[in-house]
Amino acid sequence: MPDKRASERIIIIGAGQAGAQAATSLRLEGFDGSITVVGEEPALPYQRPPLSKAYLQGNLAKERLYLKPDAFYQKTKIELRSGARVLSIDRLAKTIELEGGEALPYDKMLIATGAPPRRLKAPGAALKGVAYLRSIADADALRPRLEKTIRLVVVGAGYIGLEVAASARKAGLAVTVLEMEDRVLKRVAGPEISAFFEDLHRRHGVDMRLGVRLGSFEGVNALESVKLENGERIACKLALVGIGAEPATRLAKAAGLDVDNGILVNEFACTSDPAIWAAGDCSNHPSVLFDRRVRLESVPNAIDQAKVAAANMVGRHVVYDAVPWFWSDQYDVKLQTAGLAEGAEETVLRGDPDDQRFACWSLKGGRLLAVDCINDPASFVIGKRLIAARAQPCVKTLADPAVDLKSLLS
Amino acid sequence: MAKITFIEQNGAKHTVEVQEGVSVMEAAVNNMVPGIDADCGGACACATCHVYVDENWRAKTGKTEAMEESMLDFAYEPKDGSRLSCQIKMTPDLDGLVVHLPEFQG
Ligand SMILES: Cc1cc2nc3c(=O)[nH]c(=O)nc-3n(C[C@H](O)[C@H](O)[C@H](O)COP(=O)(O)OP(=O)(O)OC[C@H]3O[C@@H](n4cnc5c(N)ncnc54)[C@H](O)[C@@H]3O)c2cc1C
Ligand code: FES
Repeated sequence: MPDKRASERIIIIGAGQAGAQAATSLRLEGFDGSITVVGEEPALPYQRPPLSKAYLQGNLAKERLYLKPDAFYQKTKIELRSGARVLSIDRLAKTIELEGGEALPYDKMLIATGAPPRRLKAPGAALKGVAYLRSIADADALRPRLEKTIRLVVVGAGYIGLEVAASARKAGLAVTVLEMEDRVLKRVAGPEISAFFEDLHRRHGVDMRLGVRLGSFEGVNALESVKLENGERIACKLALVGIGAEPATRLAKAAGLDVDNGILVNEFACTSDPAIWAAGDCSNHPSVLFDRRVRLESVPNAIDQAKVAAANMVGRHVVYDAVPWFWSDQYDVKLQTAGLAEGAEETVLRGDPDDQRFACWSLKGGRLLAVDCINDPASFVIGKRLIAARAQPCVKTLADPAVDLKSLLS
Repeated sequence: MAKITFIEQNGAKHTVEVQEGVSVMEAAVNNMVPGIDADCGGACACATCHVYVDENWRAKTGKTEAMEESMLDFAYEPKDGSRLSCQIKMTPDLDGLVVHLPEFQG
């Protein structure tokens, strides 16, 4: 008997990390109906992490950003509709409308629209020279400007801002980082990690300004200076704004799906419509491990959640319970984070930050919630396993670099 | 151009030809060799690009750096010849390289 799924049509909106992974995973799950991935960007699905790192530094050819070669999609019969923007979803008719008027029918759908940068609402923010970084197009616009200018002001000390700061220092630019909080990475890391990165960037010559607020961007046609709220003025022709991202939920909201800081999905990555799933930066899911809703922005989340969505779309019941993790590269430092530190009551250091190799463990009531690792992959891998097991590891062992962490796994 | 042969656990062979300078991981991904996930895209952060370098090639693929070494320590069934394929760059010296694929990644 022919598989009834063979005639099923799946549409994926968003051809990014999660969309491409879901398409691939659907085939690996044995789905042999039609798969159409609609993405507004012109390129093949690609990885974004190098955009603030090797690619921005000119050390990586564009083709090397692509997740898979064109031939892969042909071979696996995944139809890629690049450069096509979805305007709306009609859940009753089960169709989507593309820019230009074309309508495509679906039986099941995955929304993987990502999270574009939050825009800064300051006077002058529309001036030429005020840049954001999310896409290849953004990086291609930014790179020649970095080459032509002598000073960069980074607004917002999150991961993207700090990575761009590091790349710009490598290129020899003078770099000033403005952060309104009293420490860098405040939303995503503990004080020890913040202090380490502040020091790292200062040692590399970055002018790090904490607790300052941007007042306005100044210039006639193009950016000429950045003015702080305290009246100070920094002359610059280029500013990179990295103040976080906002989930792309417009389509979902307009279609009447439940949305609250991301498209709300259950532990199976399914939205409030049983025929529609969502994954990646745009989705907000109940974390099984941490017992609350979270919206994550990371490559591993996009990949793992897309795999779970694909499995459930073909009728399997798979719960999304992977331990969140993330990495960042700045100068010669690699950070790897596992878990979520929010709510931690105790932090334990292993190793010495001055050695550029240490781990910071975050615990609550004895349970390990997260670990931030600087050039310390062993702590990362073991920490990830302990977090998955909801373990209450011996704090003395965590703190003592002389004791092998592997003893905690038995 | 340089040749690499990937051998799956079941013996299936995939020989691909790649430009020098690309990593063994990229060679696999771009030529649709199964069994290499490469979740982090070559950042030496995920250990899902694990391979076993064939005995005859271990001298030429060179040493593993500390970072890679520790990640490998936790890969699925590490053994002699274990490498993260994103950390092996193709050079003329490696033309003909043979690597074996593990049963699982992660
Ligand atoms: C500069 C930079 C550096 C990063 N570095 C790291 C890192 O080191 N480590 C890490 O883990 N993560 C990193 N990230 C985060 C990571 O790239 C994201 O979490 C990941 O790409 C999320 O995947 P996604 O599929 O959810 O979204 P995306 O990859 O953003 O894909 C969404 C796609 O959907 C498209 N789309 C949206 N709306 C529509 C529509 N209506 N019609 C058609 N298409 C649409 C968008 O154009 C986009 O192409 C970085 C991100 C950036 C920007
Ligand atoms: S691709 Fe992630 S470690 Fe090699």
